[in-house]
Amino acid sequence: MNLPALQSLTLGNGIPVSVMERHSAPLVELHLMYRCGTADDPDSKPGLASLTAAMMMEGAGARSALDLADAIDFLGARISVDASHHTTTVSLFTPVSRLDDALALLADIALRPTFPSAELERMRAERLTAMKQWKDQPRTIASVYCNRRVYGDAHPYGRPGIGNPKSLAAMRVEDIRAFHAQYINTANLNIIVAGDVASSALLSRLETYFGKLSKGPGSTPALPTVQQVKQRRIVIVDKPGAAQSEIRIVRVGPVRATPDYYALMVMNTLLGGSFSSRLNQNLREKNGYTYGARSSFAFRKGPGPFIAGAGVQTAVTDKALAEFMNELRAIREPASEEEILRAKNYVAYGYPQNFETVGGIAGEVEELVEHGLPSNYFSTFVPSILAVTADDVRRVAAQYVDPDAIEIIIVGDRKEIEYGVRALKLGDVKVISVEDALGYE
Amino acid sequence: MRHRLLLFFLLAGAVAHAQDLRIAVPYQRFVLPNGLNVILHEDHSLPVVTVNLHFNVGSGNEKPGRTGFAHLFEHLMFEGSKNVPEGKFDEWLEAVGGDNNGSTNPDRTNYWENVPSNALELPLFLDSDRMGFLVDAMTKEKVDGQRDVVKNERRQSYENAPYGMASLALAENLYPAKHPYSWPTIGSMADLSAASFEDVVEFFRLYYAPNNASLSIAGDITLRDTRVLVEKWFGGIPKGRPVPPIDAPPAVLTEEKRVVLEDKVSLPRLYIAWLTPAVFSPGDAEMDLLSNILAGGKNARLYKKLVYDLQVAQDVSATQGSASLGSDFTITVTAREGHTLSEIESLLQEELEKLKQEPPTQRELQRAINQYEVSFLSRLERIGGFGGKADLLNHYYWRTGNPDYFHEDLARYKAIGVEDLSAAARTWLRDDARVVLSIVPKGKTELAAIKQGGK
Repeated sequence: MNLPALQSLTLGNGIPVSVMERHSAPLVELHLMYRCGTADDPDSKPGLASLTAAMMMEGAGARSALDLADAIDFLGARISVDASHHTTTVSLFTPVSRLDDALALLADIALRPTFPSAELERMRAERLTAMKQWKDQPRTIASVYCNRRVYGDAHPYGRPGIGNPKSLAAMRVEDIRAFHAQYINTANLNIIVAGDVASSALLSRLETYFGKLSKGPGSTPALPTVQQVKQRRIVIVDKPGAAQSEIRIVRVGPVRATPDYYALMVMNTLLGGSFSSRLNQNLREKNGYTYGARSSFAFRKGPGPFIAGAGVQTAVTDKALAEFMNELRAIREPASEEEILRAKNYVAYGYPQNFETVGGIAGEVEELVEHGLPSNYFSTFVPSILAVTADDVRRVAAQYVDPDAIEIIIVGDRKEIEYGVRALKLGDVKVISVEDALGYE
Repeated sequence: MRHRLLLFFLLAGAVAHAQDLRIAVPYQRFVLPNGLNVILHEDHSLPVVTVNLHFNVGSGNEKPGRTGFAHLFEHLMFEGSKNVPEGKFDEWLEAVGGDNNGSTNPDRTNYWENVPSNALELPLFLDSDRMGFLVDAMTKEKVDGQRDVVKNERRQSYENAPYGMASLALAENLYPAKHPYSWPTIGSMADLSAASFEDVVEFFRLYYAPNNASLSIAGDITLRDTRVLVEKWFGGIPKGRPVPPIDAPPAVLTEEKRVVLEDKVSLPRLYIAWLTPAVFSPGDAEMDLLSNILAGGKNARLYKKLVYDLQVAQDVSATQGSASLGSDFTITVTAREGHTLSEIESLLQEELEKLKQEPPTQRELQRAINQYEVSFLSRLERIGGFGGKADLLNHYYWRTGNPDYFHEDLARYKAIGVEDLSAAARTWLRDDARVVLSIVPKGKTELAAIKQGGK
């Protein structure tokens, strides 16, 4: 695969800029990636990073929230600010012809947000309503409870990024201002650009907006330690009348920086990461229990979760769960060379597709920058995947997929599924309400 | 859907003046003796190629009592054919680093495979085998297996999703009972149970013939070699009978219909839907722009009033659902706690009246057009998957006769003036020809939108 070179540049004040040119459409994607995120939320104020990110779009420079939205929409550009666990990214997608105008808006949003209190009240009401709506959504309930169950409310990976109704109700403009001042500043900033631009011309434009700023304080608190799941336990979240059961199986996985990364990609592909994976073939194609079954590792700075899951017909919840267990056991046995080769090829030779769009490229570069991967990472990815051996696959399965130490969570209709699930005798079964699962009324 | 899952020319100065952009995707088109339409497009920016196969059949070709069949059939297309054992379609593609999927809508069924360019011949073989020899390997067990998968898909996307039954209720009320848009592409559970092995054979023979299909190949290819490969793999498939035209009764609403559904939801939601002009016909682009002016962004009229200023609603959206036999335009608003759908409706109604009486501003129109223009540019980024260039070449060919309709498509938006938008709102968004659907939390029918007096 011949990708354009990844260019590493620096602004006058030391801010690193990574550029990958792609000229197939006159478009540019530009990310301001700040090294702070929901993991930096104070324990007393979960949801602060996410709210700060959202509020950056609610007025900046001389523009009100409405004026700002109008200016962006008029350019045909898209700007958004999103906080994930360890990064907050201000993203711009624009036709290259309007990059100058869009950059001026982007700089206002990043550097000069105004945080009007009326907008905070509006945002608060919107988010409180969204959390109320979560009660209606079986898949959201499953996802929120998976994380709470494994990491707990005291760990940032255990909490929903937008916080909880109590913390949200207590949030003040001063909290947001303080978070922005401490974290969303040039000490934490990387700039990432992909698209139809020449890096030399781009650099002088970026200097204008970001090159003269002095660095702020910055800081990255350590993550709390995580306890691995030690036994098998089951929780049924009762959703009376549900047409399906959402099954999730979860435990703590490794960090992104693990040397096992490539082997895990291959192992998970054959377990539940592709259409012809074992979980999907068994639960969907062979048994017709589900529309799709899958598994994934969330690779983060800290140990992210391993989650396998599916939405299955209520009447076969127990049978489906038994098949999940069978596959989690079987993956620890040696796999055929053919199956491993297929998984390797799927991951390796499908890789170039990630670079089709400017947004896709920026996402890849952002991952590289966030995790400090070497600058030749893109060209070493394919050979690294192809070098994974059958022994590697078996070793990482044995190490990271332990069917005796998992949390099993089922969001479904208790009266229809509880008997069958208990009869499997997989472990202690507890039944809780949707409110218990979400952690609020 | 089965999973859950450039050469464009810029005229001089186009980059500096986006309004002069000419968006074009050069292609070569030819037709095999068996009637298969073929479209080739070269783009060497990545070592990737996509094969996109479009069959001109969808749920619009179904009969009452056999709904959901076109989509069920789409699933069966991955279950093996004469020379491809069950399960191997996906396995073989994944083994070369490929990806694939398919989707069905009322008007067509599409399939695509994205592969590294050195593996082009594999998807050509796989697609030709299932186009020519699907029923040779079809069994009742395969039909039953995919029937279960599709029922699970329906449970996941409709029955078990909040507000999931709304689209079904709207279709049923917008169209007369025998109109094929009156039923959903996913079909009814009863009809899915009724589908027989004989239905599969008949459907295949009638609709999955080369003369009812179009093959679009885009990416890192050379035209001459690719043409040779297409002739090799598809040339021998026999032509089918001509496909009968769809016999749909006229869709006309002559009254306002009000429907109330109860669902497992926390907040009530209002849907108002109208019948509007068919895809690419006059009025279609106007309705698309109106959807932006009403609900696209913070300054859009309904968003600003209901969500931003008054904060009586959690969200609002408006969409022109463009289709061949006619389109529908739907406004959707979720009420905040403590607000009824009647209250939401009267506020919404005020905004619609304003738009009918007085054209939007030039800036509103230009803002909408500028956003469409960028969405057109972004269509040139991907060659494969749903909505990539290969998919669009097929779509444009079947709906307009011109695969490279990119520029014309954008031009019809740019030709619209502010007066046209008011006129379109007056013509198509009538109060006396629409469906007003309220979805309310169980037991709370008092929150539904009731008929307002005096109009």
